[in-house]
Order: sequence, then C-alpha cells, then structure tokens
Amino acid sequence: MELSGAEILIQSLKDEGVEFIFGYPGGAVLHIYDALYQQEDIKHILVRHEQGATHAADGYARATGKPGVVLVTSGPGATNAVTGIATAYMDSIPMVIISGQVSLPVIGSDAFQEVDMIGITRPCVKHNYLVKDVTKLAETIKKAFYVATTGRPGPVVVDVPKDITAPHIKVPYKYPKKVSIRSYEPTVTADKGQYKKALELILAAQRPIIYSGGGVVLGNGSKQLTELTRLLGFPITNTLMGLGSFPATDKQFIGMLGMHGTYEANMAMHESDLIIAIGARFDDRVTGKLDLFCPYAKIIHFDVDPASISKTVKVDVAIVSDVVPALEQMIDLIKDSEKKPSKKALEIWWKQVEDWRSIDCLAYDRNSPLIKPQYVVEQLYEVTKGNAYVTSDVGQHQMWAAQYYHFNKPRRWINSGGLGTMGFGLPAAIGVKLAFPDSDVACITGEASIQMCIQELSTALQYKTPVKIINLNNRYMGMVRQWQEFTYECRYSHSYMDTIPEFVKLAEAYGHVGMRIEKPEDVRPALEEAFALKDRTVFLDFITDRTENVYPMIEAGKGHHDMKLRVALGTTTDRELA
Amino acid sequence: MKHIISILIENESGALSRVAGLFSARGYNIESLTVAATEDTSLSRMTLVTSGSEEVVDQIVKQLNKLIDVVKLIDLMDCPHIERELMLVKVHTNEKTREEIKNVADIFRGKIIDVTPVSYVVEITGPSDKLDSFLAAIDAKSIVEVVRSGATGISRGEKGLHI
Repeated sequence: MELSGAEILIQSLKDEGVEFIFGYPGGAVLHIYDALYQQEDIKHILVRHEQGATHAADGYARATGKPGVVLVTSGPGATNAVTGIATAYMDSIPMVIISGQVSLPVIGSDAFQEVDMIGITRPCVKHNYLVKDVTKLAETIKKAFYVATTGRPGPVVVDVPKDITAPHIKVPYKYPKKVSIRSYEPTVTADKGQYKKALELILAAQRPIIYSGGGVVLGNGSKQLTELTRLLGFPITNTLMGLGSFPATDKQFIGMLGMHGTYEANMAMHESDLIIAIGARFDDRVTGKLDLFCPYAKIIHFDVDPASISKTVKVDVAIVSDVVPALEQMIDLIKDSEKKPSKKALEIWWKQVEDWRSIDCLAYDRNSPLIKPQYVVEQLYEVTKGNAYVTSDVGQHQMWAAQYYHFNKPRRWINSGGLGTMGFGLPAAIGVKLAFPDSDVACITGEASIQMCIQELSTALQYKTPVKIINLNNRYMGMVRQWQEFTYECRYSHSYMDTIPEFVKLAEAYGHVGMRIEKPEDVRPALEEAFALKDRTVFLDFITDRTENVYPMIEAGKGHHDMKLRVALGTTTDRELA
Repeated sequence: MKHIISILIENESGALSRVAGLFSARGYNIESLTVAATEDTSLSRMTLVTSGSEEVVDQIVKQLNKLIDVVKLIDLMDCPHIERELMLVKVHTNEKTREEIKNVADIFRGKIIDVTPVSYVVEITGPSDKLDSFLAAIDAKSIVEVVRSGATGISRGEKGLHI
C-alpha cells in the first residue's frame, strides 16, 4: 500500500486505535487535515484554542487510561499547546501531540509560523521527534505511542514538517506491530530482596501509614492497593492525584494529606514510624518543609521511575516496578509470612488516629445565610451519588472539590495537580464526556479559572458534550486572596476583578443553559435540575461566601504537625475582608 | 566531589541539547562537556564533568538515564579509569623566559608546537589537575590564551562502556 505522509499519519493513528483527535487546523497541517476529511473512523474535535485541545485530550486520557491525541499547526498553534503539554508532563499523562512544522528546506530561516517546537517542548515532554523522512513516519508514530504509554507515562511531541505530508509523494506503508528502542527499557522488576526488607519494616512497625498517589491511578493499581490496605489494616492517606485509588468512604481512609490535607492525615504522617509510599513523589505541597518531614518514619517507596526514589526525601527501601506486579508480590509475601503486624500496636495507633479525626477538621458553618462553597461540593456529591467524573481548575475550588467530593473510584477525579493550570477544567470535562457520554461529568471551577478557557463552551455545543459547570463564584482569585490574607497582611493585590461577566448570559450566548444561584436553599434544587437536563450543558453560577478560606492549611515553611485549623479560628461567615 | 560521567547517546540532532538542557533546567553544574562520534556511527560518546554531593550526583545519573536517547552511562569515578584532557597554552616569551618555559613544559611532558620570536604555543595532555599544575608553574603574566578540551576518560581493564 502506497500512501502520502498525511495519509500515513492518519492511518497510523487508526492502526493505533485512536478514537478522537483534539485539534485546530492551520497552514502547516493542511495536508493532514485533508487526509482527515477523507475518512470517517477517527473523530476530530475542533477546539477553539489549542490549549483547549491539549487539556481535552488530557482529560480523555486521565479518564480512560488511553493516550490522548492532539493535532496543532506550527508556530502559534504549537506554542499555544505548550501549557497543556507541560500540564500532562507534570502529572505523567500519556499523550501524543502532532505539531505541524514548516517544510524541511526552510527550517531555520525564520519562515512564516516557524518555531523550534522540539527546542521549546524539550523540558516538558517525555520525548520528542522531528520527522525528517517520510519513510520513517509510521515507525515514529509507533515509537511516540510506545514511549508515551509505557513506564512512567508522559506526553510525546511529533513535529511533522509540511513537505513530509505532501500528497504527491507516496511511499509504501506498513504500521509496525511493535517497536523496541535500545536506549529505552520501561519494564523494570524490583529485586526480591527489597520486598523482604519491606516486609521486615512492615512487621516491625508500630505506627504505620500508607501514602499513595497518582501512580496508582496511572498504573491501574487500585484493586491491589485496596487489597493491600485492607490486608494490613493500616490507615491510608492519598495525595491530591491519588484520590479515588482507595475508596474515600472507607473507614481506613483518613483523607488527603499535604498543604490542605486533613488534620488526621498530616498528624498521622508526622507521628508515623513507617510510611509506605506507593506511586507518590514526595512533592513539596505534600511534604511541607523537608527538614520537618516525618521525623520518626522509615520509608518504603514503590515507584516505576527510578529518578523518583530519594529525589527529595531519602527512603529506606525502594521498590522500582510497575505498581500492579509490585503490590501483588507484596501482598503474597505478607500473606505467606507467619509473623503478622502487631495487632496491639495497631489498635493503639488507630485510637490516636481516631482522636485526631474526631476534631472534624473539615467542619464549616452550615447555618450561614451565604452559600458555602463546601456545601455546593457536598450537594454535588449527593446529587450525582458520588458517581460523577469531576474535573477542576486550580485554586480554592480545587481543594474543596478534593476535600468534600468523596472519590470512591479511580480516574473520576481529574485535575492539574503538578503544574496547577487554570483553564484545565472545562476542556478536560469535554474530553471526559466524549469518552463517557452516558456518565455525569461536572467541572468544578471558579469565576477566575473558568475565564481562562471559556471559549471551549463553543466546542461543548458543537460536539454535544453536556457537562455541568459548577462555578464557585466568590468574586476573587480565592487562593491568591487567601495567601494575601495570611501572609501579606490583607493587601489584596490584583486578586479581584471588578468586571466579572454575567455568566448566565454568557452561557446562553454560547447556546447553553445558565443558572445563577444565590441562596443556600436553592443549591440542591438547582443541581438536581441541571443534572436532569441530560442533553444540555449547564453553567451553574453559585454566588458563594467570598471570605471563605481553605482549611486546614500548612503554610509555606512549616511541618505537617503545624496546621492552621478552622476550629481554632472560629467560623468566618460573612466577615469583612480587611 | 568531582565526577566524570561517560555517556553513550544516540547520534541524533538535538541529543546534546537534551543533556545540556537537563543540566540547566535542574540547576546541575557542568564543569566540562565533550562530545564526538564513536566507532559505531549511530552513537555519540559524551564525557561530562560535574560536581556535587552524593545525592545530587545520584539524581544526575538517574535523570540522564531517564533521557530516552541515552543508551548507557557510567560514572568513571566508580571504577579504575584514565582521565585525559588536552590543553593548548599561548605564552609570551622573551630571551629571559624562553628557556624557563621550555624546561617547565618538558617536565610536564608538554610539546612546543608553535614558535615565534615573542611566543610559544605549548601542548599538554593529562588529567585535568596536571594541566592546572602546569598553569600554576608558569608566570601567570606570560599567559596569552588557554584552550582546554574538557576531560575525557576511559575505564581501565577489559570491561568497557559499549552496547
């Protein structure tokens, strides 16, 4: 079969099993778009801005576990995609981004819409390729998918010069069944001795805790994590990225940890004598000040990426492996062991953890005449029966979503944890809804974040992806305002916009349903009404208490045991902001 | 502590920038970096001299290994090895100093490879600290120009870095 480069590209994606391409056309990719036009297997989702394409593909990838695919043109198309590529990179999301490039002979001449995409993306991709020979195109696409989806996943950019896709140059096509790259060996198996050492630590522990992260979600290891946790009976905390990998409503789950983690999770980390870290990377938002981090604990670290081991926190036992075989082996070893963890010690430890839990650190004022953002998230949880896919943007609303929506299943909580990208939520929700058209998809956002990619409301109409936008509108960049309140003596420098659009009209202008909700008693009915509108995108603009802060909070430079708590500060309803 | 990391990397455009970019992005120190083709035209060999605590060098090695184009690497400090660097030094000479510089160059097994009535170019190879010693041994005011290749190295014995 002889095909042009453009046809090879599209056929390779088909052979790779790609369902959706998220993209935006332009000069350098016109040949590719022409080939796309002449087929019906792959559906192209036309976004309104290339950043939206990357986030939509990212949301699709996070929800399905399959790689997201993006197609953008050269120059500004490519640079607009960079934020989304970096977002995926920081959270290890498998994506393949095909960017157009100017023709090979003019590369380097500052041609129209030329940018060095390989150079620009080098620090924020797992790998990137510039295609210089059309006969290598199919193999390069195969390699891109292989690299993106194996080992620690990540985005891979394939930069395709326009002349490579020219319709009149046809070459034989064969999509390789598999590729191997001599310099890349993603499958690693840990040494047996490491598991034995881990077992010894587990058996000796008096105050153990399991700390698991996004790696468990990415590696589809929820079942094994749940089995291990129940087998051991230890308390478990999840990182922001790990939420859903262990059921949040389970008694052993003590909440998220870190900067806005629960009192019980952070205190248990601080006082523990053994941390079993699984697919988590000791990120600074989790550890707080490193010198004060978990002073009494030995650490066992399971991770697929050797470079994650002892990167910020030195660990005692490292198990470098895919999560599923590693946890299976650990479970077998624990089951086969005659010695078991001390029941007595665990009982004392749980009593302590329950004491911490009893302070109810997530309590908030339920009698407020204003809508509390936490209440909206709780009601969303109830109305969707905990089954929705929830995307979010970045800021206070993201933390409230993480704290008050109890994720019992993996891949349901979709947010930009590492890069913290405002504008992520709406396009990500569209990507999720395309993958799961029969499921409820909600985007929890704020009036600042939503405006960063609001143009994708138009995409949502075109492709009939009825997502529900939960806008927690506090008329502030809430998290910025909160930091300014705590650490800048209430100097609210540019954290406020005094020209916020009327979101109801805006939603209607885009062809959707808009609702404005101002009273707590209207929250539940509005949510019920919105989710009953199965085939409409609904923008719910909740006017919330603008003074509400996210608690608990570990301020920068503090340790896990040093949290700002709401109970200590009293309720803060309707206080005047200084 | 100083480390000499020897890297086999795919001989593709951009390979050097991936390594250099990694060092600048993560704030690692590069003291010198040399790169050239090997007997296998598909591979380049890089020799990178860096310094840092044990933890930092451990991370550097892991991060380098994580680069998709890196085929193999070793830290030469972990094994018996030979280190060599080439240096060319241009020095001012006059009747009084010509003999003295020639003597010092001989002691360091250097060669004088260019002579004018007022200058020499001295070529010296050896471990980097030997080159430092030569520079310290001659009058600093006489030095016009110093060109150093950066260190390269190879392990001793039958074992080697190859695929």
